[in-house]
Amino acid sequence: MADTVLFEFLHTEMVAELWAPDPDPGPGGQKTSLTVLESMGFRVGQTLGERLPQETLGFREELDVLRFLCKDLWVAVFHKQMDSLRTNHQGTYVLQDNSFRLLIPMASGLQYVEEAPKFLAFTCGLLCGTLHTLGFQSLVTAFVTALPACKFQVVIQKP
Amino acid sequence: MAVCIMVIVKENYPFYVRSIPVENELKFHSVVHTSLDLVDEKISAMGKALVDQRGLCPGLLYPTEDYKVYGYVTNSKVKFVTLVDSSNTAHRDNEICSMFWKLHNSYTDVTCNPFPNPGDRIRPRVFDNMVTSLMTQVC
Repeated sequence: MADTVLFEFLHTEMVAELWAPDPDPGPGGQKTSLTVLESMGFRVGQTLGERLPQETLGFREELDVLRFLCKDLWVAVFHKQMDSLRTNHQGTYVLQDNSFRLLIPMASGLQYVEEAPKFLAFTCGLLCGTLHTLGFQSLVTAFVTALPACKFQVVIQKP
Repeated sequence: MAVCIMVIVKENYPFYVRSIPVENELKFHSVVHTSLDLVDEKISAMGKALVDQRGLCPGLLYPTEDYKVYGYVTNSKVKFVTLVDSSNTAHRDNEICSMFWKLHNSYTDVTCNPFPNPGDRIRPRVFDNMVTSLMTQVC
């Protein structure tokens, strides 16, 4: 289906545009780009969090919300479910995707591992935004050990 | 006829208020504010027994002498409260629930608008028109 790649192309261009050579290079510039990507993802996540759960029943607890993220949200955005969800039952969850759509076209293995985080910033923001709409403050970070597998660590913050 | 429709966001302030006639708005504010507790109570009481396929529709919250108050909660803790004239014959729960589902759909469209920041109080025309048609239609 053509429409699955549209978002991938758009996302690749977004990252490329934000990383275009800057007259003011340095770690500060890169950080801003990551923040911009994350905040874009956050805003998208907020609206997805409003629209997607319309058909589902009320979430009774945190784990239900995380399951919703792994199944419904991931299917809606990436057309596949998350591969694994682990938790320590104390507010930390690790979501693992073994073939993350946005990393598949890049490489398979250890090549480009340093470049991978910028392609995950938008998705981190997306998870954070959706959780925010559903009532949870969270901190989302992403790790890549070998493309195209990646892990998202979600820490739910208690108020 | 629905006399007042109010949309209350997660942080418990009214995002959107619409009432007919407009002069009674302040009175409706206080009625809706008191009904917020009831909404929370009903939701926590429903708990495991949730069987509705779409959204949490506790329905009738309480009747006062002039109005009946109905409530609805979305998954993102946004509450819709509506006051309906008591003089009409009892409304069936289905009608009220379907009215809330339409409201929910329109509200989702409003939140997807990328221009205003979330939390800004806006009055989008499409939402306004939809609310007007709902208020005149519920009889």
